[in-house]
Amino acid sequence: MRIFDPHIHMTSRTTDDYEAMYAAGVRAVVEPAFWLGQPRTSPASFLDYFDALIGWEPFRAAQYGIAHHCTIALNPKEANDPRCLPVLDELPRYLVKDRVVAVGEIGYDSMTPAEDTAVATQLQLAADHGLPALVHTPHRDKLAGLRRTLDVVRESALPMDRVLIDHLNETTVKEAKDSGCWLGFSVYPDTKMDEERMVAILRAHGTEKVLVNSAADWGRSDPLKTRKVGDLMLAEGFTEDDVDLVLWRNPVAFYGLSGRLDLDVAATDATHEGNSILRGGE
Amino acid sequence: MTHPQDPTGTPAAGTALVPVDELHTVLTAHLPPAARAWLDQALDEAAAHPGIHGPISVWELRLAEAGRRCGAGHADAARVLILHAARADLDALTRVYRQGTADERRAVLHALPHLVPGPDAVPLVEDALRTNDTRLLAAAAGPYAARHLAPHPWRHAVLKCLFTGVPVDSVADLARRSRGDAELARMLGDYAAERTAAGRPVPEDLHRVLTLTGTVPETAPEPETAPHGPVDPHGKES
Repeated sequence: MRIFDPHIHMTSRTTDDYEAMYAAGVRAVVEPAFWLGQPRTSPASFLDYFDALIGWEPFRAAQYGIAHHCTIALNPKEANDPRCLPVLDELPRYLVKDRVVAVGEIGYDSMTPAEDTAVATQLQLAADHGLPALVHTPHRDKLAGLRRTLDVVRESALPMDRVLIDHLNETTVKEAKDSGCWLGFSVYPDTKMDEERMVAILRAHGTEKVLVNSAADWGRSDPLKTRKVGDLMLAEGFTEDDVDLVLWRNPVAFYGLSGRLDLDVAATDATHEGNSILRGGE
Repeated sequence: MTHPQDPTGTPAAGTALVPVDELHTVLTAHLPPAARAWLDQALDEAAAHPGIHGPISVWELRLAEAGRRCGAGHADAARVLILHAARADLDALTRVYRQGTADERRAVLHALPHLVPGPDAVPLVEDALRTNDTRLLAAAAGPYAARHLAPHPWRHAVLKCLFTGVPVDSVADLARRSRGDAELARMLGDYAAERTAAGRPVPEDLHRVLTLTGTVPETAPEPETAPHGPVDPHGKES
């Protein structure tokens, strides 16, 4: 089983996780820029974080045979702090980089006017840079949040089929699917979505344009949830091709819209001294 | 794959050593037609509009996208050529390095011997040597460092290569700079003693460098205690 985790915050994870992910079949990840748990107070700390996403973290991932890409954005939560807003002016120089495959994650947290502005501004940035966008739906007041999200996407210059709406669930999947967006599901221990519910949603709504992620981060989460969904799909009668579509081909197709996916770890990260850097990936 | 890949690549380690004209010839011969056309245009643009313009110059955009346009295996060479065509000076190189991905930073390090005649870019090399990214360490230990790095940081660069598993073949001019360096020999001897005390093997590369110093430290290890080759690069000092 080859697995592409389209949403995972590896900065917050250990090398043990990378090893376990590789053993489970994970060969590619996308790490969306997000909140680190401790609120930032200045653009400078965003820049160091973004630099890690285009520098150190791909190096770390490559050591374990995993191709690492990222998405860059000012996240919804911190868009509400005026001290952080100047980071929006720095985004364009990140959005031209190799391995930056989308603008994200953007979206709503508390649905404030500041969040409205940040979402609209960054959807425009995605359109300007030929990138798709990863838009999450809020944890609180999710259905209203989804509707507001779809409205702002419709008003933007970005076509619906270049947008991935994430953290969907039973109450939001149908409207999201009808909109023509790509559909993301974050499978967590206990909370947003679990394996059984995920498989039920796949049975009810199909596999087309569906992406499953672990969204693993610094909180209670499990970087192997993608594999667990794949295993349960097979146990519940889905074919290996269905699993490959959801866990590999769909994320490749969505992030491939950037024209910047490079899934060949050896070609990217072992240019100096042969491929010995791939220790653990062989 | 969404962009050209050539499994052979343009030898990255050579980009700091090969004259720019030759690098251009070799790279052009390896690139598929679309990538070659892109590179030609990028070099023309850079030559026509060198220097820093606004928040991001056109040639800086080309530098950023070189990986997906030419393929990862050729990106180092393409970026060195673009920096050269843009006649990037120290300010430009510093900005590109500071704002760059790890790949762009590596290209700047490779470009230094072509573009900076004096020691002014040493802070960029020192920055790269502070990282634990073995790709950056290997590039930082290139010809520019051999020419301009002071003895103390140069010795630490060699030692860090040994610690992080970067083959010392990456260290430019190793034989000349090591010759007669008793302090480097002492550091290598101490490192070997520390490894031996811990019951861990001494990297074979350490003996190579020690031999090059032509000096025998008091704590010189026995060569037969080194049964294996260099450890793999892993970015962790061990």
